[in-house]
Amino acid sequence: MFAAALLLGTVLGLSAYAWHMRGKAATLPLAASTRPVAPPISGPTETVTLAIAYDDAGLIHLQSAQIPLPSSRQQRAEELLRALLNIYSDRASPHPLPAGADVRAVYLVDPGLAVIDINSAFANGHRSGILPEELTVVSLAQTLAANLPGILRIKILVDGQQRDTLAGHADLSGFYDAAALGQLTTQLQSAP
Amino acid sequence: MPWTRSARNFALIAFTLLIATPRLVPAPAERKLSVYSTAANYSLPIVQRDGKDYVGLLELLDPLGTVSTKAEGTRWRLRYNNKIQAEFTAGSDRVRIQGRDSYLGAHFLLEGERGLVPEACLNTLLPQLLGGPATLHPLSDRILIGDAGTHFTATVPPSEHPSLILQFSGAVSPTVATEAGGLRLTFPRDPVVAPASPTLTFGNKTIPSATYSESNAGAEIFVRSAGPLVAGVSRDNRTLTVTPAGSLAPGSSVAPPTTPLVDTSATPAPPNAPQISRRYFVVLDASHGGDDRGEAISSSLLEKDLTLAFARRLREQLEKLGITVLALRESDVNLSLDQRAALANANHAALYLALHTSSSGRGVRLFTALLPYGAENRGPFRAWDTAQSAYRSYSLIAAAGISSELQQRQIPARSLMAPQRPLGNITEAALALEIAPQGSEAAQLASPDYQQAIAAAVAAGIASVRDKLGTVP
Repeated sequence: MFAAALLLGTVLGLSAYAWHMRGKAATLPLAASTRPVAPPISGPTETVTLAIAYDDAGLIHLQSAQIPLPSSRQQRAEELLRALLNIYSDRASPHPLPAGADVRAVYLVDPGLAVIDINSAFANGHRSGILPEELTVVSLAQTLAANLPGILRIKILVDGQQRDTLAGHADLSGFYDAAALGQLTTQLQSAP
Repeated sequence: MPWTRSARNFALIAFTLLIATPRLVPAPAERKLSVYSTAANYSLPIVQRDGKDYVGLLELLDPLGTVSTKAEGTRWRLRYNNKIQAEFTAGSDRVRIQGRDSYLGAHFLLEGERGLVPEACLNTLLPQLLGGPATLHPLSDRILIGDAGTHFTATVPPSEHPSLILQFSGAVSPTVATEAGGLRLTFPRDPVVAPASPTLTFGNKTIPSATYSESNAGAEIFVRSAGPLVAGVSRDNRTLTVTPAGSLAPGSSVAPPTTPLVDTSATPAPPNAPQISRRYFVVLDASHGGDDRGEAISSSLLEKDLTLAFARRLREQLEKLGITVLALRESDVNLSLDQRAALANANHAALYLALHTSSSGRGVRLFTALLPYGAENRGPFRAWDTAQSAYRSYSLIAAAGISSELQQRQIPARSLMAPQRPLGNITEAALALEIAPQGSEAAQLASPDYQQAIAAAVAAGIASVRDKLGTVP
């Protein structure tokens, strides 16, 4: 008799909890994020260098930032670019990117090759022009090269496919040499 | 019986004729293979063995790079540019190149130290040895290595006096012959290559069509017409104008049509020395065009239209300063980046200038190619992606000259590298010039005054480095 009462009480209690949680879920915003699910990040934050583009001055600034990074080298690369895109998606972005622009994945291929796969929204909506496109390429590539030792070449894909240009100008058909990009970054850090 | 003087003379004449007879019979003309490359143009003899055409491989490769050969018994080893090794065997139709077998199509012949390969195999053999494309034109005994071909377009613009305009990517020297039904242009010395279709139709009653063909005299273009035609050539030898006799438009820039372009009796002989020379002229490339509209600055302001308008202004300014200009795009047409580079390279200009506009930023930006660190080319061929590396210093000189003139005229100018094709593919000084507005109004890009001010400064900048760029090797 006691056991039956205990069972009934448990069922009623779980039902009440389920009802409570249902109501809470209904209060969450309906707008779903189109961004891929980020891997869980734990551990302390690290100081990294982000190559941030500034359209008004046509410059790249190397800025330090504190971000939590996973231990996997590939996930670190993706988190670095995600941190960069968070800055560019801000309302006061120094280098606005089109809505929905994202980095789908970063692949680190030995020896020394980093492949950045951006989505089509990123490329299709990107502002066209030699300098605006160059700033984006340098920002992405230099952020990886500055924080992940051993990267010698960088390739940019769009939705996993090779594309001729980012938005009509910056060449995406080949591989970027990290050393040459370093020189270009130096040029882009200097005011005109 | 003693010989009389007349009998002696008769015998002497008869003997002389007997000895001389074989020499009086005209010997068959020696066939030659004409080789065209960016490094050198030359020719070498074609010899016949067992009914097949052969050429000496060492003679063929020698002007293109460093070649060494060694004959050991029936084996003939060849080393090209200290990288590629090939082993031929006399009597065998196979060759081993870098450890891999390749088929020659006929036997390799070893005559003393001289290795002979079938002419027909050069299409497949040379790319393996040289690391780049080679195209054999067997009908005209020509081989084009790399991007050595001279391309052409043919149009008959609508006019009361229709003329066929043949525009070539390089200077040409054709011979002209009037034949029944048209005019034959023969290109014995020029690496003219076929258009996409060998028959070109123009939808014109006076000049309805032209046909491209090849023979042992070289490339030929036969222009059909019901009446007699005459041909004239532009001063830079890149444009041929074929016109019905007596109807050449007044004021035409072509040479008098009654003047033969080339003495048709001249024996065709391909050049035997590098003929690349640098004249001080500029290739202007109005970027984008056709389907590629570039940046849409507004619904009615497209980058492709702005670059074309600016190219026209700049051309006018340069010509005022006595600098010859080749405009790659003069209307709203598609041109691939490879086509632009190929046209620029084929013309051996002093400077290639790609024109862009942008609503972003301020002033004028000059871009040189972003090349891989330490990129350099060895040997006669240049890697397509890094062809610019040998000319980078000239590009920097041009950028500095233009930038200086812009700044003197209070127009902000900035020089940068950029991953911008086709700059890396150009074998001369090469820049991309991106014009942004001076203020915040992008509409200023369409302002004739603004375009004119920049065009004048850029032209003056290009003129200021004439002495430094005019001697590019």
